[in-house]
Amino acid sequence: MAFIDYYKVLGIAKSASVKEIKAAYRKLARKYHPDLNPNDKAAEQKFKEVNEANEVLSDPEKRKKYDEYGKDWKHADQFEQAKQQQSQHQQGQRRQQASQGFEGGDYSDFFEQMFGGGFAQGGGRNVRFKGQDFNADLELTLSEVHETHKRTLTVNGRKIRITIPAGIHNEQIIRIKGQGGEGANGGPKGDLLIRFIIHNDTGFKRDKDNLYADVDLDLYTALLGGEIMVDTFNGKVKLKIPPETQNGTKVKLKGKGFPKYKKPNEFGDLFLSYQLKLPTNLSAEEKDLFKELAKLRNT
Amino acid sequence: MKTIEFIPIDDLCMHYEIESSFFTQLSNMGVLEIKTVQSVHCIPHEKISEIEKIIRLHRDLDLNVEGIDTVLNLLEKIESLQEELVKTKNRLRIYEE
Repeated sequence: MAFIDYYKVLGIAKSASVKEIKAAYRKLARKYHPDLNPNDKAAEQKFKEVNEANEVLSDPEKRKKYDEYGKDWKHADQFEQAKQQQSQHQQGQRRQQASQGFEGGDYSDFFEQMFGGGFAQGGGRNVRFKGQDFNADLELTLSEVHETHKRTLTVNGRKIRITIPAGIHNEQIIRIKGQGGEGANGGPKGDLLIRFIIHNDTGFKRDKDNLYADVDLDLYTALLGGEIMVDTFNGKVKLKIPPETQNGTKVKLKGKGFPKYKKPNEFGDLFLSYQLKLPTNLSAEEKDLFKELAKLRNT
Repeated sequence: MKTIEFIPIDDLCMHYEIESSFFTQLSNMGVLEIKTVQSVHCIPHEKISEIEKIIRLHRDLDLNVEGIDTVLNLLEKIESLQEELVKTKNRLRIYEE
């Protein structure tokens, strides 16, 4: 648990007046307030620090206590005990003192140990507020989000089972009510906001519900027509290629795209682009035949 | 059938220790829609989280109703821009992969 310089947190001098403290707090609160910086954990942490600093420095009694112990705040408890022991000794009363020091804990522990619990946002009013919203990222692959499935997450030591609907989008955020932080003064729990990061592990490219892919086409099938097998998300399908199909020709396979989010049995489309592959390492005979074809074309 | 629960403004004032004029001002500014159910001024239950946000902005940042309205409008705009940005980034991935 490191010493927190509340004056530094608020960017003010130790001699700052109540008015200056208030002005500094307001300025920083406006900058880092979680409602103005949604999904920004750094701002949220900064706001907590600013709030905590304000809570102490704006209260003359708390400020006095903080100023008195300064950087030796860790020994505040021992100082108090020593004072008590001295006083008791003088009065001829001996009592066994429990030896307790500040160990471990964090920033808020320090605050609570120094000034007692009950710290809550909202200027210390005894008002019930909803708990803090928790944010989490969940990484999935495109193949995984092709089907609706359940998944168990561990958030702050709690196991939460969620259903991930097919067709969820990259960076989409879903809100799970009541799975966030505890409310203040008996207020309701906050929510859990999960952001989905989807990595593409397929040969398809996705735009919303549509899928895109390139399909290699050999010269002879492109010229003379024929049938080819192409991959879709649900397996292979047979496609008829018309004669004289040009390089870059696009075809749409209706309903063979990605599932639409929260619309069961509805799918986007699959767009295929034919990429003509010319033969290489031609034999002498092939070259002769192509030359003949070229002559025919040019006459 | 979906049921909409309403909370009387007076209950909100008591719960959040806030003047009823605050809600009237919000309503006049168009920030909040006050419904009248059996002659009682109410707001729909689903608006609670929005109201709490407004109260936090009012108390933590000392914002008046005009300031709150401005902030909410800007936040809405930021949210819409962020959604647009995510959509654009997802479309760009087609060319990057």
